[in-house]
Amino acid sequence: MERKRIPVVERILSANDRLAANNRERLQRHGITTINIMSSPGAGKTTLLLATIRALGETCKIGVIEGDVASQVDADKIAQAGVPVVQINTGGGCHLDATMVQQALEALPLDEIQLLFIENVGNLICPAGFDLGQDYNVALLSVPEGHDKPYKYPSMFEFVDVVLVTKTDLMPYMDFELAEFRRLVQGLNPRAPVIPLSARTGEGMEAWLEWLKTAVKGK
Amino acid sequence: MHELPVTEGILRIAIEHAQKAGASRITDIHLVIGDLAGFVDDSIQFYFDMLTPGTLAEGAKLHFHRVATRLRCWECGHEFSPPERDWTCPQCGATGGEVLAGKEFYVESIEIE
Repeated sequence: MERKRIPVVERILSANDRLAANNRERLQRHGITTINIMSSPGAGKTTLLLATIRALGETCKIGVIEGDVASQVDADKIAQAGVPVVQINTGGGCHLDATMVQQALEALPLDEIQLLFIENVGNLICPAGFDLGQDYNVALLSVPEGHDKPYKYPSMFEFVDVVLVTKTDLMPYMDFELAEFRRLVQGLNPRAPVIPLSARTGEGMEAWLEWLKTAVKGK
Repeated sequence: MHELPVTEGILRIAIEHAQKAGASRITDIHLVIGDLAGFVDDSIQFYFDMLTPGTLAEGAKLHFHRVATRLRCWECGHEFSPPERDWTCPQCGATGGEVLAGKEFYVESIEIE
């Protein structure tokens, strides 16, 4: 049989993109602002969420989707804070995808949520490639990880809307150069503000909460 | 792990287009992958060999067309391809730039019989 070449030009992640678009439309219908939180394991995503839930209190109805490779540990912590939460276990998978989030949305009381946080699997690489249906992307980098990370993981820092430097209470013990980190992030992504904070001491939390409020309003 | 769902995506797209064209088999699949896309050729090939037996794409050859990162300097507008992990503009020394290329990740074409 004759051999022929067929042009295709279809994004490999197009199936995920379509599902993410469905999620986005559904969340928007419910008037929910959705924020995808990404970082390495142990950078402080859950601690930041707990501090954020405490700080916003009754002023904003929050929901959380917790993504982890395994376990229910993080969801239990969030549930104790009195917020609706769904745990997704990826069973070894290194990132959340739009199908998993679609399933999680089934289990959340969407009419009672204004602000939905999706805590992605701890990983600075893969989550950047998979749209979930979120409105905003947040990357955390903790002080012990070092200021040189942006150029090792450019795709993460290049596409997010805000970068949080967490665990700033450890600054005195680490060689983290904040000015250098800012310079590197700005080189990749001049749109994204860099907010240093410590969820533990509360330092810098105000700026993050301000950013959140603007994000919710700006939608 | 990461490349498994991605390879399934490649296969789904290739088979869909091959079926539409009435192909009896796919001989070649051309992929375009930007250096910033974060996918490893060998890993995609590994899963591809695992997933294809018994499908239209059995025995098909994967071609990886890599696209280098290309930036436009925020400061002086100079366009350049930076070496890995150093996004300094060679013309003015500023850091970084708008990404013009390097994030591509698509099936460009397939060859069928």
